[in-house]
Amino acid sequence: MTDPAEKPIPKKALIVLGCPEVPVQQALALHLSHVLMKQGFAVHASGNPAVLNLLKVSDPEKRYLPEMNVLEKCIEEIVEKKRDSDVCIVFAHSDAGISYAATMRHLLPSSRLVVIIFGKDPETLLLSVDFPCEKIVEKAVHNPMQLKKKINEVFGWAV
Amino acid sequence: MGCIENLKYEMILPLGASFKECREYVEKNFSEFWYVDPGYKIFDEYIIGLPPIALGIDGARIIFPYTKPCHGTYLLAIEDADEAARIRKTARKKK
Repeated sequence: MTDPAEKPIPKKALIVLGCPEVPVQQALALHLSHVLMKQGFAVHASGNPAVLNLLKVSDPEKRYLPEMNVLEKCIEEIVEKKRDSDVCIVFAHSDAGISYAATMRHLLPSSRLVVIIFGKDPETLLLSVDFPCEKIVEKAVHNPMQLKKKINEVFGWAV
Repeated sequence: MGCIENLKYEMILPLGASFKECREYVEKNFSEFWYVDPGYKIFDEYIIGLPPIALGIDGARIIFPYTKPCHGTYLLAIEDADEAARIRKTARKKK
């Protein structure tokens, strides 16, 4: 019998960020984390030091992204089975981003994997995605609104 | 990543090479090559990329793709006989 005082274990979401040179990424990461946390997910974000610093400055009280670490550490934790995720969302605006998404597909085979392909030429980048995942594709650099709309549709959020 | 960047490496393909270009280059230009999956450890780093990842070996030189979020993937060569021997034991020949 379940102890009524026992809190349910939250589902886990992992947000994998690329290089921060495309501005929509950081805004959408905060949006994703905000909605996922409202839905009860424990959210973890991972990226390079520059993108993590941008997010730390944008979210000084850690309301939206309380837990973050660098990509190398995150991958190490996943390989060593210290971290897993029910949902993994990868931002990709370059070949490197697709490589990270493919790595997550391999390391987290049972996770829902959503790859957000954006930037100046997402259609070309899309051609290199030959592994199973959900794809959200939008030409977006500075204005996040259209991509936000597509993200909300894929996750079924009427935000 | 600290470890690999601190080693003495030779850049075979420059920054901006795609991951697939790196794999094809290894397969075409090295008679000995092996395959591993993402998460395989090389020079104390977990390698990332689209599986299968091709690693070339030329004597004691190991040729491998190295990805950084801001730069993309580039192909490096590092000489290390012990690491080459370990790859020969733990990697696979087939894709």
